[in-house]
Amino acid sequence: MAVIHLAINGQAYTVDADPRTSLLAVLRDHLDLTGSKYGCGEGQCGACTVLIDGNARRSCITSVETVAQKQITTIEGLARGDELHPVQEAFLAEGAMQCAYCTSGMIMSAVALLNRNPHPGDGQIIDFMEGNICRCGTYPRIVRAIQRASKTLAGAGKGGTR
Amino acid sequence: MSRKTQLETIIEPERCELAAAPLYHFDLDRREFFKFLGAGLLVVSVLKSGALTQESGGRHQWQGDALPQAIDAWLHLGENGKITVYTGKVEVGQNIRTSLSQAVAEELRVVIGNIELVMGDTQLTPFDMGTFGSRTTPTMNLQLRRVAAAARDVLVGLAAEQWKADRRRLLVSDGKVTDPQTQRSVEYAALVKGRQLTERVPAEDPLTPATKWTVAGQSVPKLNGQDFVTGKHRYPADQTLPGMWHGKILRPPSLGATLVSLDSQKAEAIGVAVVHDGNFVGVAAPSVRQAEAALAALHAEWKSEPQPSSKDLFDYLRQNTVEGRDPAGDGDRIDAGNVDQALASAEHRLKQTYTVSYIAHVPLEPRAALAKWEGDNLTVWTGTQRPFGVRGELAEAFRMPEDHVRVLMPDTGSGYGGKHTGETAIEAARLARAAKRAVKVVWTREEEFTWAYFRPAGVIDVASGARSDGTLTAWEFQNYNSGSAGIRTYYEVPNQRIVFHAARSPLRQGSYRALAATANHFARESHMDELAHALNLDPLAFRLKNLKNERLRAVFLAAADKFAWGKQKATPGQGFGMGGGYEKLGNVATCAEVRVDSQSGDVKVVRVVSAFECGAIVNPENLHNQIEGAIVQGLGGALFEAVEFDNGKILNARLSAYRLPRFSDVPQLETVLLDRKDLPSAGAGECPLVGLAPAIASAIFQATGIRIRSLPLIPHGLKIS
Repeated sequence: MAVIHLAINGQAYTVDADPRTSLLAVLRDHLDLTGSKYGCGEGQCGACTVLIDGNARRSCITSVETVAQKQITTIEGLARGDELHPVQEAFLAEGAMQCAYCTSGMIMSAVALLNRNPHPGDGQIIDFMEGNICRCGTYPRIVRAIQRASKTLAGAGKGGTR
Repeated sequence: MSRKTQLETIIEPERCELAAAPLYHFDLDRREFFKFLGAGLLVVSVLKSGALTQESGGRHQWQGDALPQAIDAWLHLGENGKITVYTGKVEVGQNIRTSLSQAVAEELRVVIGNIELVMGDTQLTPFDMGTFGSRTTPTMNLQLRRVAAAARDVLVGLAAEQWKADRRRLLVSDGKVTDPQTQRSVEYAALVKGRQLTERVPAEDPLTPATKWTVAGQSVPKLNGQDFVTGKHRYPADQTLPGMWHGKILRPPSLGATLVSLDSQKAEAIGVAVVHDGNFVGVAAPSVRQAEAALAALHAEWKSEPQPSSKDLFDYLRQNTVEGRDPAGDGDRIDAGNVDQALASAEHRLKQTYTVSYIAHVPLEPRAALAKWEGDNLTVWTGTQRPFGVRGELAEAFRMPEDHVRVLMPDTGSGYGGKHTGETAIEAARLARAAKRAVKVVWTREEEFTWAYFRPAGVIDVASGARSDGTLTAWEFQNYNSGSAGIRTYYEVPNQRIVFHAARSPLRQGSYRALAATANHFARESHMDELAHALNLDPLAFRLKNLKNERLRAVFLAAADKFAWGKQKATPGQGFGMGGGYEKLGNVATCAEVRVDSQSGDVKVVRVVSAFECGAIVNPENLHNQIEGAIVQGLGGALFEAVEFDNGKILNARLSAYRLPRFSDVPQLETVLLDRKDLPSAGAGECPLVGLAPAIASAIFQATGIRIRSLPLIPHGLKIS
């Protein structure tokens, strides 16, 4: 066991955990941040996706010791108060979910994609999102949601509000 | 609330196991209700037994005499105007929390935001067999509309009484009753203030016809969608209790293995709870890591029995038929005319065998349960499509009365028919009893792949006869193990023999979204395509020649029209195919276009057009979503999903080894909805799947000349010889 300092969603946390524990287990079981989901434990489904310094990472195969000095963003940290992130808004607007268990990971991956490429084409979206599984099969809606968010973010960028 | 339950054995649709479920003789105690709910208006939906038998296809009689009454929902309108609806149905992503709320809002004339649905809580909601078989929309939606309509009726009566006005001229809208003559209006809340009113719903209350719907029939977005996009919603696996421990189960090294001995000294020394009870061995510890460490410290010896393997599967099923019937399907044996004679004298004969593999549901949220004991009372939060069934399993496992068990079902990370049973609930409860505190068990993906149950595998032999003009004359259809739902042919054939053979299944099998219908439609529709080619007829024209069912003809024609069937010539490597049928009161036709790379054998499904009709549409946007989802999920079983096993071991029990449809697999999806406002609404979770696999198989044939008669069609790509 070791004392590990984490910066999650702009807040400082201290946990006492085995350093090899997965970030996902620490988020869920130590900190009760259950928005990130377990789906496979081998980085194959993307339900556990979080942002590490702005990049998408599968938290189920990321040991907590490797992210101690980094900025971690989870689904719980995406909205600003009551104001949803444009990607969250877009998922609602497109009805891009059914059971929605994959939704946290989908949204976090989409945010990472748009951070890197603000105007992705459908092919780029599909390539980037290929590691995220939606078993209910809402993929076409998720692609549309990401396109919609891309437009919102572009508009907001011009207005300089976000 | 006092309840007297009577256990009856009833048969659960779409499932090859029997399920015990209580039927209710319900003593309604008004005072108890209002103590719990507060003053206001309570409307109880009383199902007639006739309605119940309809739920399971009209063939299965409930055992014993007709019930005096059975309650399947209730609605409470409080003094604050808040409407709470209680139903035993559960939300697994099919969006019924939204569509059922729409039904209530429609009939009660209130804004949807004023309605709260309490679902799948065995203490608060009326008994319900479970959420499966695409039955929520045709049954519960209707019941809730009736309940809400009855509530509206009571409210109008109250206003009429208060105003001494003729109730016939009063209007209801926006949560108020209005008298247009006097311009008076009164809110529902005011009408029920300080009162304890009850109403039982007669089954035949007049309902608002679909042509006049304003809320139902609309694309209302998922009601609590914001909770899902913010990560706030707590799925079963996210449930916690103070001081809770985590449980892990010691699994046998192979299916069917029995425990010979267990040395748990090392594990116990870690300071965890270890349970060894029969073949069950599990541990509970303050953290998952500690539980895993304790599990690793157990030393167990197991005795394994030889088990069948997937390479021998289809021969095994043929050789291991058992007496028994499919309780859920469309009949185990249908005979008409003289099929042997008709086959012998047919101008054209065709005989082929089709197979389907076991596939796994892979709900993205694996099974999870959190259990807590308080004295002799047990509470379990778990993801299940049958909370009352799981309550029964827990009561049986712990030899306690059902009213000491409460099962709650938080909206769950999908099921697809895979979460009917209560293994995880029992495991968590057993460990919680030993640990003397709440225990949560969340299955790993590997456990989910190995210790849940699968869609049945099966073998189907089809023999047919036809005249040269394309008229079907004989149809023999023998299905081994894949279930009898959708086994009947909707094509007109005078001489038929259709038989379902139950078999000893090497793997544990059970419900799956459109399980048997997928297999039966694959065999039937593939065979129709083969016959059409043999007779040199267009597959659509051949079908229509033998099809009288108007609803089915309509979807075939609609899909063909949208797809431009017959209007384009396939280029090399390109193929078109179709399939369709009916299932669970819905009608579907599917056209698919594939492209095959002649060098690599890569198959890409590039376009799928679905035409679907399920009566009056309740929520068009959600219906589109369900159909698209069914097609995408169906691609997996059609193209590459198969559970591989060898001597009691599942060989591909991981997502890195079991391929699921991903973003890049999705074709261009087009959906035509036929809205039949004159017909009752049916469910849509299953039917849209059934035409896909035969459409793809036929398209691959057209593209390559290779006819594939087994699902999945191309688990390892297409081998072009």
